[in-house]
Amino acid sequence: MTTQQAPATRSAYPVYSRNIVQRLLVNRESAVIALLVIVYVYSLVNVEFFDGPLTTYNLFKEYAPILLMALPMTLIIITGEIDLSVSSTLGVCAAACGVMVKDHGLSMPTAIVLTLLLGIVLGAVNGFLVAYVGLPSLAVTIGTLALYRGLAEGLIQTDRIAEFPASWQDWPTERIGDTNIPNIMVPVVVLAVVFGLLLHFTSFGRGIYEIGLSSETAHFSGVNVARTKFLLFIMSGFVAALAGIYVLLRSDSVATDTGVGFELKVIASVLLGGVSIFGGRGALHGVIAGVLLIAVLNSALQLSNQGSEIIQIIIGLLLVVSVIASSFLPRVRELLPRRAMASGPSKAPNSGDESRKARQ
Amino acid sequence: MNDGDATAVLELRDVSKSFGPVVALRSGSIRVEAGSIHALVGENGAGKSTLVKVVAGVYRRDGGEFLLSGQPVDFGSTAESKNAGIAVIYQEPTLFPDLSVTENIFMGRMPTGRNRRIDRAGMHREANALFTRLGVHIDPRRPALGLSIADQQIIEIAKAISLDARLLIMDEPTAALSGNEVARLFAVARSLRDEGRALVFISHRFDEVFDLCDTVTVMRDGSYIATDRIAETSESQIVAKMVGREVGDLFPKSPAPLGDVVLDVRSLETAGEFHDVSFQVRAGEIVGLAGLVGAGRSEIARAIFGVDAYDAGSVTLLGKAVPPHDPRAAIRAGMAFVPEDRRQQGLVLHGSVGKNIASVIRGRLDRSGFLTAAAEYKAARPWASRLEVKTNALDMTAATMSGGNQQKVVIAKWLATDPQLLIIDEPTRGIDVGTKAEVHRLLSELAGQGLAILMISSELPEVLGMADRVLVVCEGRITADIARADATPENVMSAATRSAERTAP
Amino acid sequence: MTDLRVEPSQQSRSARMLGTLLRSRELSIAIVLVLIVLAATARRSTFVFSGDGWRDTLLAPSILLLLAIGQMVVIVTRNVDLSVGSTLGATAYVTGKIFIANPETNVVLVFLAGLLVGAALGAVNGLLVAFFRVPALVVTLGTMYIFRGVLTNQIGNDRIVAGDIPANFEKLGTQQILTIPVLTLIGLLVLAIVGYYLHTARGGRELYAIGSDPDAAKLYGLNVGKRVFAAFVLCGALAGLAGVFSVARYATAFAGTGRDLELQAVAAVVIGGVAIFGGSGSVWGAAIGAFLLVTINRALPILGISDFWQGAVVGGLIIGSIVLDRVLMLRRTHQLVEARDTTGTP
Repeated sequence: MTTQQAPATRSAYPVYSRNIVQRLLVNRESAVIALLVIVYVYSLVNVEFFDGPLTTYNLFKEYAPILLMALPMTLIIITGEIDLSVSSTLGVCAAACGVMVKDHGLSMPTAIVLTLLLGIVLGAVNGFLVAYVGLPSLAVTIGTLALYRGLAEGLIQTDRIAEFPASWQDWPTERIGDTNIPNIMVPVVVLAVVFGLLLHFTSFGRGIYEIGLSSETAHFSGVNVARTKFLLFIMSGFVAALAGIYVLLRSDSVATDTGVGFELKVIASVLLGGVSIFGGRGALHGVIAGVLLIAVLNSALQLSNQGSEIIQIIIGLLLVVSVIASSFLPRVRELLPRRAMASGPSKAPNSGDESRKARQ
Repeated sequence: MNDGDATAVLELRDVSKSFGPVVALRSGSIRVEAGSIHALVGENGAGKSTLVKVVAGVYRRDGGEFLLSGQPVDFGSTAESKNAGIAVIYQEPTLFPDLSVTENIFMGRMPTGRNRRIDRAGMHREANALFTRLGVHIDPRRPALGLSIADQQIIEIAKAISLDARLLIMDEPTAALSGNEVARLFAVARSLRDEGRALVFISHRFDEVFDLCDTVTVMRDGSYIATDRIAETSESQIVAKMVGREVGDLFPKSPAPLGDVVLDVRSLETAGEFHDVSFQVRAGEIVGLAGLVGAGRSEIARAIFGVDAYDAGSVTLLGKAVPPHDPRAAIRAGMAFVPEDRRQQGLVLHGSVGKNIASVIRGRLDRSGFLTAAAEYKAARPWASRLEVKTNALDMTAATMSGGNQQKVVIAKWLATDPQLLIIDEPTRGIDVGTKAEVHRLLSELAGQGLAILMISSELPEVLGMADRVLVVCEGRITADIARADATPENVMSAATRSAERTAP
Repeated sequence: MTDLRVEPSQQSRSARMLGTLLRSRELSIAIVLVLIVLAATARRSTFVFSGDGWRDTLLAPSILLLLAIGQMVVIVTRNVDLSVGSTLGATAYVTGKIFIANPETNVVLVFLAGLLVGAALGAVNGLLVAFFRVPALVVTLGTMYIFRGVLTNQIGNDRIVAGDIPANFEKLGTQQILTIPVLTLIGLLVLAIVGYYLHTARGGRELYAIGSDPDAAKLYGLNVGKRVFAAFVLCGALAGLAGVFSVARYATAFAGTGRDLELQAVAAVVIGGVAIFGGSGSVWGAAIGAFLLVTINRALPILGISDFWQGAVVGGLIIGSIVLDRVLMLRRTHQLVEARDTTGTP
């Protein structure tokens, strides 16, 4: 039993156990991307006007804020936390920006900088309570969801703030050259690249996955768990503020309910894109495909004259199905081969004990 | 194995259980008679706890026969085994921290009175009676939160004996208990035996096995080896069967020249955990930290490494103060820490082998800020081969590996940081005999190269075999500092339970 | 020298009960509630001392009270139900439909129908959470969308109006017995039953155990799936009852009925001192939390704070409560661990 041979005998470790085709194609992200392509092609063929020039434009215009907020949300959910307050952060930032420009006469650039700072502060409040006080993010951000929305209501009350400087208003929704893509997609793409690199190609990003898979191991291995979470919530606040400014300029108005319900769309897209609600799993390209999938479904349904409640039902079903797919099916799969092996009177083993414990 | 006329209370034949590719129990067999106390012994990782969990209904066996009083049974849940008259004291206490001690004892079977109302007064009475029988004082109304490991273990014991079971299984119940409490537990166990019940007792302490039990079954590497009458066997015979070869080559610690002081701990203190802990570890020295489970050894190690904060004291490494509660600073200063709980603290279980090995050093692997998987795997490969990690590829998840291989990954991950001090908590818990010897040889070799090693172990032979110096911890205080030449099982155990004897009621 | 937290049996029964009461989170928020009522009454005596004021003080929280009771039972098992607002909307609509189909329907039958529809929707959640073992937060977020979507699809822009509701049912919304509104009485009755069950029945204690440590609960042989399922069914049923209440009180139902109430229900439970990760807290606390939330909203304008700031106050309360709970918990754990040094047992 004792191995006395020279250590050199096992030096040839291959890096990958599967070939490159399997690695790239057999995963959750590819499944979402494939589904997106199928739905898109199906809509092109079957939905009237879907191939029109306005479809893509409107789709990006409408879903840019969701896409933006999904980026930091992906990182937060991979650490095993959640931020339910993003839509309220968006709302209060848009409100504050509106009040600063219209009631206090600040210039647009000053107001935008201050709004982004406000977003950072609001994110830092979440981050501090979660990372340093050690409160569950679910509870904290349900609280700040109410608190920040309340601040927005207090700030603008019954007013509907509108009529911002036209030059600022037009830029985000103008098309890039001859394409059907609005300008807002430039910052979206830049941020997507930044977050993609941060998550997948830095030591910080590796720490994010480790925290999600085993926060204790991460702590024991010298990952600064608290600081990582704190920074992610700050990023989430910053991006929500940016999305708030965009929404304000896009609709040239801000009201108390600006952005209400966005958090659910964001979380639904992230989970649909293959991120596990337990943390530790997921990739940014899957999430982007998840957002686009919901966006395409939405615009196809709208063009087919379906009410907005149908998309609600579909998002709800997708959420439930995607979470069953990621937490129930693997257990079944784990059970199957052993059931096949088990012979004689004894029944199949119950493998449920080993599954990771459900966080809420 | 004799086939007596009487039907055994419990009989297992060739029971097996695997978790994915890991075989935890290959072929477990045991036959326990009524009115007897049956010892089940074997090294860590021999499959004893898995066997217990199969009997308790926590796991369903993959194959083999399971008879209870001659009837074939198949438990799908712990409730079924409980109803069949089986009580189990698990190795690790599992209590509900928010509930009272009494509620913990009676959870799932609370006595009810009028209108199906639970009978709180009756439960408190019975809990008090149980504690009196065990000779301890715990308030039945207090919450389970904040109880010491020993008290938690007592509650587990109270829970099990109150079940009035025909078969009582005790999986290392004494690991955290003081001598006085152990004596009480044994008295209760004997009275249960005399009532005609069957008991299974798992322990690493041979004196306890010989003191308490009638029969002993030995397991090794997940398989049944032999069953003997206690009267007809001896400690050395049992050990030979457990290990399967001569004991001598298990602990190949070779003496190494001692260098300068590497770690200097002074008056470390955390209320409720440990007090006034001071010691030094030199280069090339292996210092063993011995004591009962829950004595505070792991807490001391965690405080030194900075994963936990401490109230007072100082930690110095190579003459430089190490800031408290900051594992990154400790790592930078040259510390490495292989923690007790490999699956929760040592490894990212669902991460790949390669990324696990590179996880501490990856900060140095980036190129202008960018880190690629290729760089990580490249850095991990030499360490995987140095430790002879058995895996098909570096991207396999650590969860699919055996305990011994997982431990090698954790050690590889820390050796990759080129540390000055290695703290290693229970280096060989839950790993097979072969790997165990490899780990011991490795530790000895590392010390020989001048690494300072602080080793925590609950296995006395391991401490005595490996350590140059043994520090004994009892109730959070260092009660003895014994040189290798003077260390015996007796003087270590007596120091480990010394103050416990004094303060016990 | 003995620490009373470690040695509660050293005290007499009454001293122990008094100590528990005085230290309880429930008492502290009850005091806050009383202070708010006093302050508002001092500003404007009609806040309580008038027929309408008295009635509203008791009646206004009745719907949230039911939701909070159900939510508490789910949260104590370390789960959460975000679909209660949609469930409430669905049963409100069903209630209206029943009356449109047959205005003569017996009121008791309507209540039963509400309970049943709610229980059925709760069973969907319970099935997914307990038997498919998927996280409750995500599942109920999904069913919240689905229930609301189906409801909107059914109702469209219609609404059930006062004319559709028989007068005797509408009267029930404001009827009082001994000055106490009937709906509040029903709510308090439900509270008493659930509170009694949680404290004195095996099943009740097992719900706490499951929330305290789900893995240990399985090891103890508790039927975790069944209990969690039952908790969701109860939560749904109470949300269904709340839907019937809502029609009785407001004589209307539309696609948006009950929207956003789920967060208020969670807020009430958290403010009432129930740990968001299960295992501790009481339904009394959740009930007081519901009264506090609703009463604050009514009192703010009287206290000179624009009601636009209500949302912010509610959010602040939630944050304040969980921070407070965290601090208390840490202190308690620290005290109990430190007590090891002083008590005799090793």
